[in-house]
Amino acid sequence: MEPQTIAEQLKDKYPAEVREIKEFRGQCSVIVAKGGIKELMRYLHDTPELYFDYLTDLCGVDYFEKKEPRFEVVYHLYSIRHKHMLRLRAEVSEEECSIDSVTDIWTGAEWHERECFDMFGITFTGNPDLRRVLMPEDWEGHPLRKDYPLKSDLGDMEWQGYLDVLKTAENNRQYEVR
Amino acid sequence: MVIEGPTGLVEVEEGVHIIPGANTIITSIDKVANWARTSAIWPMTFGLACCAIEMMTTGSSHYDLDRFGIIFRGSPRQADCIIIAGTITKKMAPIIRRVYDQMPEPRYVIAMGSCACSGNIYDTYSTVQGADKFLPVDVFIPGCPPRPEALMDGLIKLQEKMKQESFRWSMWR
Repeated sequence: MEPQTIAEQLKDKYPAEVREIKEFRGQCSVIVAKGGIKELMRYLHDTPELYFDYLTDLCGVDYFEKKEPRFEVVYHLYSIRHKHMLRLRAEVSEEECSIDSVTDIWTGAEWHERECFDMFGITFTGNPDLRRVLMPEDWEGHPLRKDYPLKSDLGDMEWQGYLDVLKTAENNRQYEVR
Repeated sequence: MVIEGPTGLVEVEEGVHIIPGANTIITSIDKVANWARTSAIWPMTFGLACCAIEMMTTGSSHYDLDRFGIIFRGSPRQADCIIIAGTITKKMAPIIRRVYDQMPEPRYVIAMGSCACSGNIYDTYSTVQGADKFLPVDVFIPGCPPRPEALMDGLIKLQEKMKQESFRWSMWR
């Protein structure tokens, strides 16, 4: 099926949620509200002529001060049977920074959602194991947000584990042979 | 060198004399101990990222490290030096420090690759800007990744550093 056709079909079925359909060089992006995302995904997964059985990617985007709502969760769906793909962008605001999890539709989404939570702070309700996956468990802050410090010198926000290492190094300097 | 006769002292190298007739070598313990230490550096592999591939290549048959007496040990308790090959993240730093603390003296640290030397181009929230932030590094090998020849050059530099040392191998260091 053509991407444009799929997007149109989705818009016909869920006119309230689908905000916009963008097209660029043959690829289609559908911008949706986060409200009925679970139902939308279930529809895309189960309908025989669409049959999106492969969630290729799930990631977050931060539009800090560029647009409201601030965050977007982008889903790349692909159908192995029909060989068509679709991109969905679900808008997530900063005040209500959570969205439904799609782990019960595509299990592979679990770690992608964990990474999105780790890097942006978007909580996924329904994810069986939502905790940090890349950063240490007790890390504070969400690094890929646009207002997070860019360089390595974090100042006061420095991770306690790393400060402990520096202290150990300082203490053990007396045992070094120079 | 001039051989005067079987009883004459011949200086073979600086600080090393032999008596040809008596089959004797007269030298300092330092020289012998350092010769033994440099001929068998057993590194603890700490391959973190891409530099690990280059380290493995240097250890394999084309660029052989075994001919230098270098055997890679898996345990820090049995190692002489630790080659930190790859990017050091802040999450990994406590683990590296713990492994280094477990090594017995005399021990050396080689920072292989630009990431271990200074953090490379990754001046980010997660990367430690060089192993020398929390470890006493002896040899820095820059490169991204350093060629096997560069790693061998770094190890030879470590050998030269070891040869200069005095009583490092002993309890009187």
